[in-house]
Amino acid sequence: MNPAAAPARLLAGPALAAGAEPLADHRARLGPLPTGHGEALIPVLEASGLAGRGGAGFPVGRKWRTVAQAAGDWPVVLVNGAEGEPLSAKDRALMVTRPHLVLDGALLAAEAVGADQIVLYVGEAHGAARAALGRALLQRGHAAEGRFRLVAAPPRYVAGEESAAVHYIDAGDARPTTVPPRPFERGIGGRPTLVQNVESLAHVALVARYGDGWYREAGSHAAPGTALVTTSGTGPTMVQEIEFGETIGAVAQRVGAQAVAVQAVLVGGYFGGWLEGTAAWSTALEPDALRQAGAGFGCGVISFLDQATCGVGATARVMNYMAGQSAAQCGPCVFGLRAIADATSRLARGAARPDDLAHLERWTGQVRGRGACRHPDGAVNHLASAMRVFEDEFRRHQAGRGCARHGYEARAS
Amino acid sequence: MSQPAGFQLTVDRIRCDGSGLCAELLPELIALDDWGYPMLTPGPVPAYLGGLADRAVEACPVLALRLGAAPAGVGAPGTRARQPVKAR
Repeated sequence: MNPAAAPARLLAGPALAAGAEPLADHRARLGPLPTGHGEALIPVLEASGLAGRGGAGFPVGRKWRTVAQAAGDWPVVLVNGAEGEPLSAKDRALMVTRPHLVLDGALLAAEAVGADQIVLYVGEAHGAARAALGRALLQRGHAAEGRFRLVAAPPRYVAGEESAAVHYIDAGDARPTTVPPRPFERGIGGRPTLVQNVESLAHVALVARYGDGWYREAGSHAAPGTALVTTSGTGPTMVQEIEFGETIGAVAQRVGAQAVAVQAVLVGGYFGGWLEGTAAWSTALEPDALRQAGAGFGCGVISFLDQATCGVGATARVMNYMAGQSAAQCGPCVFGLRAIADATSRLARGAARPDDLAHLERWTGQVRGRGACRHPDGAVNHLASAMRVFEDEFRRHQAGRGCARHGYEARAS
Repeated sequence: MSQPAGFQLTVDRIRCDGSGLCAELLPELIALDDWGYPMLTPGPVPAYLGGLADRAVEACPVLALRLGAAPAGVGAPGTRARQPVKAR
């Protein structure tokens, strides 16, 4: 298939069910890796408008330039495939089926920023992804020897946060560190470190071959290109490639989710936000439109909540997860997220204390921006969107007026 | 000589264990959240509170509270807190 035929770019080629595309097929389909340009790839990436796909959406070209210009020792490239977000599966799907796109991107990154080492940091729970990358490295033979290191990331939500990833690789402790210094200034072994999500690198592998103009042929002016998204909720978890600017409704249609059956849509994952069902259907999947609607593109999670499930209960489950996944370093995160999770759970169970809802609003403001990393911010932003979209439900639960939808069962963790 | 850019309080969230001494010494700029951890008023420390800010920094038992130069530009890399002259 011609990769210029958007939107199938990263997922063009053999069927995903066929597993990892071998190196020979990858080269036959896409041509050799265009190496030898070094730093000249950076302005191309800047012109392409490619934004990072780990969740923060930072411009890839600008990040590379910062690392390339950083003073000190040779930089390191950290390929982030931790994928700790419970609702995301797209990084795994990419590593399992297109490992050579990821390795191509990593090699181009190393060349552009002048790095001699590449660390592949892949979730411990993602065995198939690590195996696929390991086999892909073997297929590359001596070209990959001594350059790559495959490290299993611990299965924690924050393990993929960039300072936590650097901390783990250096000291075996996957907890975030106080920034600055940020990894691009001082990362692995004290060297400037480029931390880049696997999907971002796979896009780079194509931009290096086809150029920034090609990249911009898909998507919108503000958000060019395609993106991998993970859909879940009303059906099985699926990964698909979309064009930025497509509506949530269009994506839903491909997985058979119907507007009438969907009460609300969680976009961006646990760090993202809820959108009301009907409004979500016409919302464009691009960072600006989603921000205006109260969510974010994040790591491309789109999760549908059916009409029968209680939004307060769904929120309580997420808040309990987020509280349990705190790295337990910063007081406002440790105590704030626990208090929020407990109050949300009481509301969900129909056992609310008189001031639980008022406390949630107060604590949302108190916790935001007060951790070393963005974990507490992600949690309270999620909560704020839930309290907006499920406002009536929250009030009913606070008033003890019962709930017509499926309740919430307290769960461990 | 150029004017000093002003000083700003920051707290190392990982070090901070919520003793609350800072808020006791400098309630004008530091409030405590519902769990006893400091919430700082953003922006530079007004000159008339400089001495009290110094005392709050010194009182922190875990050295989590710092007084550093207010950021001059966005994303100045490796900004290190510059200690003001101690008012004694």
